[in-house]
Amino acid sequence: MKKEAKIFIRSDSGPTAGELFRGFLSIGIIGFGGVLPWARRMVVEQRRWLTAGEFTDLLGLCQFLPGPNIVNFAVALGSRFRGAPGAVAAVAGLISLPMVAVVALGSLYAAFSDHPVVARAAAGLAAAASGLVVATALKIASPLRGKPMGIAIALVVMLAIAWGHVPLLPAMLVLAPASILLHRLVR
Amino acid sequence: MSEVAELAGVFGQLSLVSVGGINAVLPELKRQVVERHGWMSAADFAALYALAQAAPGPNMLVSTLIGWHVAGIAGALAATGALVGPCAVLTFLVAGAWHRFRDRPWRLLVQAGLMPVTAGLVVAAAIVLSEATAISAGHAGLTAVAAALLAATRLHPLWVLGAGAALGAAGVL
Repeated sequence: MKKEAKIFIRSDSGPTAGELFRGFLSIGIIGFGGVLPWARRMVVEQRRWLTAGEFTDLLGLCQFLPGPNIVNFAVALGSRFRGAPGAVAAVAGLISLPMVAVVALGSLYAAFSDHPVVARAAAGLAAAASGLVVATALKIASPLRGKPMGIAIALVVMLAIAWGHVPLLPAMLVLAPASILLHRLVR
Repeated sequence: MSEVAELAGVFGQLSLVSVGGINAVLPELKRQVVERHGWMSAADFAALYALAQAAPGPNMLVSTLIGWHVAGIAGALAATGALVGPCAVLTFLVAGAWHRFRDRPWRLLVQAGLMPVTAGLVVAAAIVLSEATAISAGHAGLTAVAAALLAATRLHPLWVLGAGAALGAAGVL
């Protein structure tokens, strides 16, 4: 009896795997300049799969785990409602159409990259994209304001990777535990 | 080892260390793709990254483009699958436990300790990418102006990317 009741609640509340696939399909292809704002709009405001608070909590997990945040979010949301099939459906919906679009764009670029105007446009686009990454980095680093130890750790990581050319994996294996330990000692 | 297998190896390893997303591991990705494997020049790498930014969808699709550039459709699928697979499995396993432990002190401590590391990684990525795209004083200036605009205003990034491409095409940089 108890088991049946549980199945009833699961199938009646929240999206099916097909709905997860279609929902993430709809935001993947319109997500110019990042998918996250569109994900929040779709999940919280339009389809009401999560409340605003649930969304923020789930996103916190996805930022903490390695991997692209939006992919992790699709996995976490899909698995919460439909287990492994839900996670697969959400990720497939998220990346399938954009994969086709990005390869089409890449093919166009490869076909015309010898043309001087296209090459110059690509160099201008790349320089502007660097500006986007710089701006994002500043936003991500802004919570460190007023935290000298955090700023110092961030600088060490930055110098090691950008100018020391230390490979990422060994750097992370040393610096992440060191940072956690320092935060523990200081507190 | 075939290039498809090498692609899977490179992106599979990045999948599990990319705390903060694909931008955090750009320097390592460039080191692997340009310097270690010699699959493309630094300029081509920057151009593919910019294309992935300008295209719809998650920025992690730079993996699809790099894989496709190196080994065609098989490379695109291998690189994307290797980047998505390991972190997706980890998220799947951790999602339930994370919710249960949300108020535990150790979880807050880990979060506080990882934050500056993530910030340092992303700033390093910005430096490495900006160095690759600053092929002239004009291009460096464009990067600085674009960064200032996007940090200080709520302007949609696509306008800035489009303006960069237009300025480049017009030959004024």
